[in-house]
Amino acid sequence: MLAFVIKRVIQSIVVLFIMSLIVFSMINLVGDPVDMLVNPESLPEEIDRVRRDFGLDQPVHVQYWKFLTGAISGDLGNSFIFGRPALALIAERFPATLELATCALILAVSVGLPLGIYAGLNPDGWGARIIMGGSVLGISIPTFWLGLMMIIIFSVFLGWLPVSGRGDTANFLGIESSIFTLDGLRHLILPAINLSLFKISIVIRLTRAGVEEVMALDFIKFARARGLSSQRIIRAHLLPNILIPIITVLAIEFGTLIAFATVTESVFAWPGVGKLVIDAIVNLDRPIVVAYLLFVVTLFLILNLIVDIIYAALDPRVRLQGDRQ
Amino acid sequence: MKVSTLKPAIFMTAIAFSLGFSVSSASAENLKVALAAEPTSMDPHYQNLTINNSFATQVYNALVLQDVNQNLLPGLSTSWKPIDDKTWEFKLRAGVKFHNGSAFSAEDVVATMQRAANVPNSPSSFATFTKGKTFKVIDDLTLQISTEKPYPFTPNDMSRISIIDAAFVDATTEDFNTGVASFGTGPFTFTKWLPGDLLEIKRNDHYWGSAVEWDNIIIRPISDGTTRTAALMAGDVDFIERVSPSDLPILESREGISIFKSVSNRLLYLTLHMTDSPIKPYVTDSNDKPIASPFRDVRMRKAVSLAINRKAIAERVMDGLSAPAGQFSPEGYIGYSNNLKPDLYDPEQAKELISAAGYADGFKLTMHGPAGRYSNDTRILEAIAQMLSRVGIDTSVETMPASVFFKRFARGGPDKKPEFTAAMSGYANGSGEPSHPLRIFIHTKQKERGYGPGNRNGYSNSEVDKLIEDGRSSMDIAMGEKAFIEATNVAMQEYALVPIHHEIATWAAREGIVYEHGALDSTFLHYISAKK
Repeated sequence: MLAFVIKRVIQSIVVLFIMSLIVFSMINLVGDPVDMLVNPESLPEEIDRVRRDFGLDQPVHVQYWKFLTGAISGDLGNSFIFGRPALALIAERFPATLELATCALILAVSVGLPLGIYAGLNPDGWGARIIMGGSVLGISIPTFWLGLMMIIIFSVFLGWLPVSGRGDTANFLGIESSIFTLDGLRHLILPAINLSLFKISIVIRLTRAGVEEVMALDFIKFARARGLSSQRIIRAHLLPNILIPIITVLAIEFGTLIAFATVTESVFAWPGVGKLVIDAIVNLDRPIVVAYLLFVVTLFLILNLIVDIIYAALDPRVRLQGDRQ
Repeated sequence: MKVSTLKPAIFMTAIAFSLGFSVSSASAENLKVALAAEPTSMDPHYQNLTINNSFATQVYNALVLQDVNQNLLPGLSTSWKPIDDKTWEFKLRAGVKFHNGSAFSAEDVVATMQRAANVPNSPSSFATFTKGKTFKVIDDLTLQISTEKPYPFTPNDMSRISIIDAAFVDATTEDFNTGVASFGTGPFTFTKWLPGDLLEIKRNDHYWGSAVEWDNIIIRPISDGTTRTAALMAGDVDFIERVSPSDLPILESREGISIFKSVSNRLLYLTLHMTDSPIKPYVTDSNDKPIASPFRDVRMRKAVSLAINRKAIAERVMDGLSAPAGQFSPEGYIGYSNNLKPDLYDPEQAKELISAAGYADGFKLTMHGPAGRYSNDTRILEAIAQMLSRVGIDTSVETMPASVFFKRFARGGPDKKPEFTAAMSGYANGSGEPSHPLRIFIHTKQKERGYGPGNRNGYSNSEVDKLIEDGRSSMDIAMGEKAFIEATNVAMQEYALVPIHHEIATWAAREGIVYEHGALDSTFLHYISAKK
């Protein structure tokens, strides 16, 4: 196991390095940050000063070398716009995004799994048809539009929930989050549901497919023949067998929830990383874009590693293969 | 069993909801505002950026203030006058205290100027306004500012720099962001800033000017226009800026909402390339062979202007939120010339001019512009392209993100020359002095003298240059203004650029709130008040 983890870490570093090279050179092809930063009324020497101060007068390979040497010591450069370390800015905004993504993931599992199992067990019932139809809608309706509709229905017409923002936060066990205040929770409901709907649909469809496949297998028939209750069959025989693909997909989906919550964040003005990155892309705040992309790559590498470990724990066959190698 | 555990939860939720409502109704003195963007820093000297500058006026004062139409008003200086050709004397306001209690004096101004030009990592510093100026303290309340050459716009430059307490001359930008150093003399004191989430300010009870009405203002950055509208309709906020044109009819028809509109000084214009070299690939004859820019000929530039149906753009593309323009300034604004009216749509005359200029056979043109930078920018360009095609200029449109556009617009061509033959861009006067657009766009490009940094099409007229330079070096401000209006007249009649329209800025608020608005499209919170 340890050898496996070490190997993966080394692979990850190589991936990160290649990624940084690609991202850095690509982003340097786009526009000139000075045009976006310096007020056009400024004197020409001001433009030259900014170019010099931000190292933009250097050739790209010199800039990259400077970035790389900084990155090794954990410094991914200062944001052009905010003048602060890019990583610190991302870390500051990350809790808000993490909290949103986590709630969306919990919703996806707690709603999607039971509905999927139900639909899988009663594939021809009306309930299953409604659930599956709903999941098609959940996958195909654009998040952006749905978010606005939710705002209009639940905030403007019904007046139940706030339109936007994060609300009050409170500190619990050292974690600052809006989950711990009622105001925070009220702010969280709409964006979390908005973000989770796509994932709920995916979980429903995956679960249903898994249930239909497993229920037809001999060991389920055998369990039935033994006279086990359907509750017990579902918990002890069905669930463990359908969970593996769901966990794999969910781990990656959790990554995408964090990395691409951007749309939901901008509709609900949620103060997360997504908003920061969108602004950075628009204004050519290169250090933030580079730092963020590397951060996301790292996130996915870690999630994949965790999935592999959980996999090994859940499925003895994977472990055996690993040992043989 | 289950029911009994659920009950308290429902009960708690009910309490929360009722609390939520009671809090919002009890806080009548608090104002909640949603803005389209937030400042990049709380340091008033960090970045010369519109949103930073307009927010800074809430916590800080400059020596000279600007009203909503950018006329100069007394600020921390009560009066100013030139005492000789190169020196301005500013009398300072007595008895003003910073939010931390220390008294304001001329020393604070000198310290401020030193800091404003030298903030580390500044992406756009204020050095432009302090360069070449010497600050001399005469006594606690008298300050002299001298320049190397006669310069009439020292008061305008002084309206751009927020005065801080000299004790914080070495404070870092971070000190301002966290509130350690953010003590101004303005109508509000800084309370807290959670970037991306909220910004809170509190009334300064010791303000030297007329006190504001609100105890606290809570500002939320909501970049999405529809979400801003929804937040106002749901009562989450009391006031919003930049209503999306598509949401405007909804808000207008809704009871209990007031809307404020004014023609802003934000101008959209076309730049038409007018020098012989280099030959652009963006104009071709009917055989697709590149030709030199037809817009070297003033008749062709005029033809373009006459071919644009500005009224149709205002009605159909801008949903009524633009006013046809014939010059940099909207009517009633500094530098406005009564002699210049927006060109009326006249495709027949445009065609005649095109024939007279020798392009009766037509040519192909590619027009460029930014996408998503200005209100409806892509749709405006497409409309103009159709209008030009109707008079015989076969026009296609290419838009790109602003970050890409501005680089190519400024220096995308060979030898870092401007790249485009015809391009659309926008401009808003930040300084409140009439020579601002003339210096940037109209004067012949002379980099080392700071002239023509935005002159992308090679317009050059020595008579106009002289008028601009004379005006900018005359301490007789009235005479200078005359020179600038004269320069504007000549340049606009030669179509140094083709004005399209001024955007109409919008704000909306719940009933009972009024907003004093003018030609500036940014929001100044201290102008929001309750209806009497």
